[in-house]
Amino acid sequence: MTELVLFADAYLVDALPEIWFGAVMFALAMYIILDGFDFGIGMLYATRNNEHEKETFLTAFGPVWDANEVWVVAFGTMLLAAFPRVYSRVLADHYLLAISFVLALLFRGLGPEMREQRDDGRWKRYWDYSFVGGSFLAPLLFGTLAGRWIFDAPTLSLPALLTGVGLVTVSVATGAAFLTAKTRPRLASDLRMYGIIATLAYLIGVIALLMTVVVTDAGGTAEIVLSLPVGVIVLLSAVTGGGGSVLALRGKYRAWLVSSLGLPALLSLLVALLLYPTIYPPTGLTVREAVVSPLALNLVTILGFPALLLVLWYFKFLYGVFSGPIAGERYKN
Amino acid sequence: MFSTVLPDILIQGWALQLSPELASRAQFGWTISVHIIFASLSVGLAPFIVYFTWKDVRTDDERFTRLRSFWVKVFAAGFVMGTVTGIPMSFQFGTNFPQFAEVAGELIGGPLAFEAKMAFFLEAVFLGVLLFGQKLVSDRTYILSSVLVGVGAWLSAFWILIVNAWMQTPQGFEMITRNGMEVAKLTDPLAAFFTPRMSWMYVHMVNASVISVALLVAGVSAYIVWKKRDAAAWNTALKLAVIILLVTAPLQAVHGDAYGRHVADTQPQKFAAMEAHYETGTADLHLLAFPMSIDALTDPKAENLFTVSLPGVGSFLATGGDFDAEVLGLNEYEENPPVAMVFWSFRFMVGLGFLFIGLALWGGYLIYNGRLSESNRFLKTMVAASPLGYAALLTGWYVTEIGRQPWVIQGELRTSEAVSSTLTGTEATLTLVGFVIIYIGLILVALHVLRWLVEDELHELGVRASDDDRWYGPVPKVSNDD
Repeated sequence: MTELVLFADAYLVDALPEIWFGAVMFALAMYIILDGFDFGIGMLYATRNNEHEKETFLTAFGPVWDANEVWVVAFGTMLLAAFPRVYSRVLADHYLLAISFVLALLFRGLGPEMREQRDDGRWKRYWDYSFVGGSFLAPLLFGTLAGRWIFDAPTLSLPALLTGVGLVTVSVATGAAFLTAKTRPRLASDLRMYGIIATLAYLIGVIALLMTVVVTDAGGTAEIVLSLPVGVIVLLSAVTGGGGSVLALRGKYRAWLVSSLGLPALLSLLVALLLYPTIYPPTGLTVREAVVSPLALNLVTILGFPALLLVLWYFKFLYGVFSGPIAGERYKN
Repeated sequence: MFSTVLPDILIQGWALQLSPELASRAQFGWTISVHIIFASLSVGLAPFIVYFTWKDVRTDDERFTRLRSFWVKVFAAGFVMGTVTGIPMSFQFGTNFPQFAEVAGELIGGPLAFEAKMAFFLEAVFLGVLLFGQKLVSDRTYILSSVLVGVGAWLSAFWILIVNAWMQTPQGFEMITRNGMEVAKLTDPLAAFFTPRMSWMYVHMVNASVISVALLVAGVSAYIVWKKRDAAAWNTALKLAVIILLVTAPLQAVHGDAYGRHVADTQPQKFAAMEAHYETGTADLHLLAFPMSIDALTDPKAENLFTVSLPGVGSFLATGGDFDAEVLGLNEYEENPPVAMVFWSFRFMVGLGFLFIGLALWGGYLIYNGRLSESNRFLKTMVAASPLGYAALLTGWYVTEIGRQPWVIQGELRTSEAVSSTLTGTEATLTLVGFVIIYIGLILVALHVLRWLVEDELHELGVRASDDDRWYGPVPKVSNDD
C-alpha cells in the first residue's frame, strides 16, 4: 500500500491536470475525425440510388465504424475520470440534446448492420433512412451540444447551431475524401465535388461562427477568438481546406484525404483553445477547479496512458488490414 | 413499505408525467435491462466463438465452419445492439444522475474509462477483423482476433462490475468538500477496485452469461435438430451446450448460496427484502411462496403468503450454520427498497436456477443413453427454455439493484439525491417513453434477425419452409445440372 500512498500527495507532474485536459481533447479530436468520416459516408449515402454503389459505401464503413464510435465513449469516460463535474454538468444541463444524440447514434449504427440481414426492398429502404438520418442528426446534435457548452448559448442560437452545422459539413468533407480514396475513379470524380462544396461550406461556417461570437461575445469568448492562436488555426484551416480541394481536383486522393482529416483536427484544437482554462463557461469552472485529486488522476494516468497507446496501435492494425481501395467485391467471407 | 415502483409509474403515468426521479430510475432500469441482454450475450458467446473458430481453422471440419459462421453472425448482430444500447448507458450517469457521477467520479471514472480503452476498443477493432478479415489476415491472426474479442467482452464485464460492486460495498475513499459539494476522494485504489462484492459478482455474472448463452445455443440447436435430425453440426452444438450446462448450472447454485451469505453480511437490508423478513429475529427460509391475495403480491409478508418454509434456515444461510441467529428485519430501517420486486425477483431467479439444473441433468441422461436428438419432448422443452437464462439473469440483477434502494451508493448517497436537479418531469418522461418505444422495436428486430438466421440455416440444410412441425425425410438437392 505504501507505494500507492506515495502517489497520493501530488500530481505525477505538476501540469498533469493540463495534460489530462489535452488528453480529453485528444479523444474528442479522434472522435470527430474518425466518426466524422463515418457520418460523412452516411450522409453521402443519401445521394446513391445504385445498389452496387451503396454496397461499396457500406463496405468502406462496415469494418471500422464501431471502433470509431468507441472514441465518444472514451471521450465521455475520460472527462468523467478527470473532471467529473464537467461531465455531469455538460450532460445534465443539455439533457434532451444529449439523449437525442445517443439515439441518433443508435439509428446510425443499426441501419447498415440490420439492412444486411434481409434481402427485402422495403426493409432495406427503412434501414437506409435510419442510416442517413442518424448520420446527419448525430453530428448536428453533437455539434450543437458542444456549441452550447463552449459558448454558453441556448440551443436555438447562432453559435450553437453554427457549431452543429460546422460539424455536419466537415463530416461530409472528410467522408467524401475517405470514400474517394477507397473507391474507383468513376465514383471518385462524382464524390469529390461533394467534398469540395462541403469544405467550402465548412470554412464559411467557421468564419460566420467566429464572427457571431465576436459580435455577441457569447460565453465571454470574444477575446480568445480575436487572439493570435485562433487566427493561426483559422488560417491553417483555410489553407488545408483550399489546398485539399486543389489536390482533389488534381486527382491526388490520398493526399486530399490526409489534408481533409486536418480540418476536424484543427477544429478540435480550436475547441481546446476556447475551453482553456475555463472548461465549463456557464459556471466559470476552470480546469484546476474541476480536476480530481492527485491519487485518482495519477492512477488513471499510470493505467490509462499505456492503454491509450495500445488503442492507437489497434487502430493502426485495423486500418492496415482494411487499407487500400475496395476492389468491387466485399471483404465478407 | 407499501408502494412499489410499478404502481407509481402507472399512477403518475396516467397524468402523463412522472417525477424526474421516478422517470430516471425507470429509464435507467429499462435501458440497462435491454443492454445487459446483449452485453451478456457477448460475454457468454465469446468462449463458444473462440472454440468454434479454433476448431474450424485448425481441423477444417465442416460442422465447425457452420457453427462458427452462424454464431459469429449472432455475435455481430448482438454486438451492434450492445454498442448502440451501451452508449446511452455511459451517458446516463451524467444526464440523469449527475450528482452520483460527481460524488463518485474519482471512484467510477477510472474503471469506466478503462472499460472503454482496454475492453470496448479491443472488442470493436477485432470484431471488425473477425467479421470482414478472414481472407485478409493469417489463420493465426484470425484465431487470435476471436480470442481478443472474447477477452474484450470479459474485461468489459470486469471493469463495469468493479463500478457496480463498489456501489454495493463502497470502500477505499473518504468524503471531502470540493466546489461546495461533498464528494468521495479516492484514498486506496486497490480497496476501491477490489471491494468485498467484486469477486462474487464477477463469477456469478460471467457464469450467468455462459448459462444464458448455453440455453440459447441449446434452444436453437434443438429446434434445428428437431427439424432435421441428422444435422451433424447442430447435434454437436446441442451436446456441447448440455455439457456446459451440466457444469455451469450446478456451479451457479452452489456459488449463489455462498453469495447470499455474503449479501447478508454486507447488505442486511437487501437480504431481509429478499426474504420479506420484517421482524428482527430468526429467519425462516421460504422455499416456495404463493401469494394468497393481490396484497400479498404487491406487499409480501410471511403472514399473507402460503409458504413452504424451513424454520430457521434463513438464519442458518445468513450466518453459515446458526439456526437461531438473529437476522435484522425490515422494520429496523426508516426507508426500505420495494420489497415485493426484490422478494419475487429473487424467487423467480432461484426457481429458474433449479430448473436449469434439472434440464442439464435430463440432457446429460439422454447423452448417456445416446438419445439426445431423439427425445422430442426434450428438444421442445429446450426450445421453450431458450430465453429463460436471460429471465434469470435480469431478475438476479433486479434483486441486486432494486434491493440496494433507497441507496445508489450503499450507505453513502441516496438515489433521490443523485437525480439531476435541473431535469424536469416532462423531459424525463418524454425520453423514457422514447426509450421504451425504440427499445421494444429493437428487441423485435433482434428476434426477427435471429429467426431469419435460423430459417436461412434450415434452408441451407435443405429443410423447406413449409415443413411446419415435422421433417418428412431427406429433401432432394436441386442443382443446375438437372
